[in-house]
Amino acid sequence: MNLWKRLMCACRRRSPWLFHMNSGSCNGCDIELVASLSPRYDAEQLGVRLEGSPRHADILCITGPVTKNSVGAIRTVYAQACSPKAVVAIGSCPATTNVFIDSRTLAGPLDKHIPVDVFVPGCPPRPDAIIQGIAQAAAILAERGMDTPQAEISIAAPQAAVHHEVQP
Amino acid sequence: MSYRIPMGPYHPALEEPYKLEMICEGETVRDARLHIGFNFRGIEHLAETRNYYQVIALMERVCGICSFIHTLTLCQSMEQLAGLTPPPRALYIRTIMAELERLHSHVLWAGIAAKLMGFKTMFMTCFEIREKVMDILQAISGNRVNYSMNRVGGVNRDIEDPHAILLMVQALETEMARTIIPIFTTSATARSRCAGIGVLTHARALSCAVVGPTARASGVPQDLRRDAPYAAYPEMEFDVPVEPAGDVRARLLVRALEIMESCRILRQAIAKLPPGEFHVPEGKLSFAAGTAVSRVEAPRGEVMYSITWKENARNPSRVHVRTPTYANMPAVRWMVQGARLADTPLIQASIDPCYSCTDR
Repeated sequence: MNLWKRLMCACRRRSPWLFHMNSGSCNGCDIELVASLSPRYDAEQLGVRLEGSPRHADILCITGPVTKNSVGAIRTVYAQACSPKAVVAIGSCPATTNVFIDSRTLAGPLDKHIPVDVFVPGCPPRPDAIIQGIAQAAAILAERGMDTPQAEISIAAPQAAVHHEVQP
Repeated sequence: MSYRIPMGPYHPALEEPYKLEMICEGETVRDARLHIGFNFRGIEHLAETRNYYQVIALMERVCGICSFIHTLTLCQSMEQLAGLTPPPRALYIRTIMAELERLHSHVLWAGIAAKLMGFKTMFMTCFEIREKVMDILQAISGNRVNYSMNRVGGVNRDIEDPHAILLMVQALETEMARTIIPIFTTSATARSRCAGIGVLTHARALSCAVVGPTARASGVPQDLRRDAPYAAYPEMEFDVPVEPAGDVRARLLVRALEIMESCRILRQAIAKLPPGEFHVPEGKLSFAAGTAVSRVEAPRGEVMYSITWKENARNPSRVHVRTPTYANMPAVRWMVQGARLADTPLIQASIDPCYSCTDR
């Protein structure tokens, strides 16, 4: 481990940039994510910044139960983020699809499609919990920078669409 | 020569996934097309598989910003079918919660609008004040977003200490009157960025049948709290702010004035809070066969629920929702025609779109 690599990892841990993606969420987790960046909770003390492009981001924050319409976009955005990267699934929806379970228009949960590092449960989670999740993801990100590069998922061959059995 | 600019569905300026395709000539937008449906979770279909307890929890998650309004409208229509009348204290608590929700939604909108204007300081100020509204909501319901306050025939939690809530509301009102309102109504930055853009004329507003603050900013004096009062609104005194101009500044002014009116309703409702029960006695409910319709003024406009129950059924056989953004969305096309490309995010945000409500 050379000094340069260790310095890079420390920097990654102290200034992870976020990309926020709504995969069919009810806005509850989205406003709590924005609230966690507001003056009272102040996630910016971790060096966090909400970034507009996935190519600039280190941590992908994904909310929502993953609708069929958003699966392609999630895989594309995951592939566009540069390695090392971490994924935080905010709320119960990406973890379990929550109250929308059984819906035929969903292709969730999220970990069927991309690897998830931190789950922040709650409907919606409090801003404190979201900040803790981001801090954990930043630590994972720093560790990941030391190891070999992450496996990339190919966007050319997406997983087969989930077929829901239609009940008679 | 015209060219197309696709914007979205996942775009930094948009909070929610939707796609806007703009046909431009130079920097001027000639026409726009909207693609929605990225949030489609099939909630109306799911509601047919849920019983009357579960359907409330499901409908609360149609939208995280106006979650109280959705359950309120649903419970009002289910109460019609069950033949229940909530006690007066429950009606007042519902009014208080609905107004607090309007406050937090309008302040959230003001923050996002300020961010789109490039006024980041104002964004932070709005979110700081919004946290104080969330404190009151949390003091009453215990939650910050999905309050789970409504039940068929009343509310789930009482307001145990109305005096403490009243003090919090008064402190909030003073702070709003000191910061948000003067900045949005008189600041040269806000005026020069918003005046004259995204105009929706009165005639166009009527033909598009827009609702809520978007309609009131185009000079259409409609507000269900006054025109078809529900909960405890018949006993409240308030004004309905109407602006004739129809531009983004008018929508900003209408919402700023509504924030003050909400504070006024809150003060009255907390002062008059009647004693007694806050829900009807527990027991198994039976729903009459038929359809019931309920309408409520949400922060963005009119929400309508129509719920159908069959004889002796466990689950509703149809729950239909009509949300305000569904009515306001087509008007965006007329607002952006002739606008500069750089103004389009602000014009879209000015109707306060909520696509998770619209797609469901």
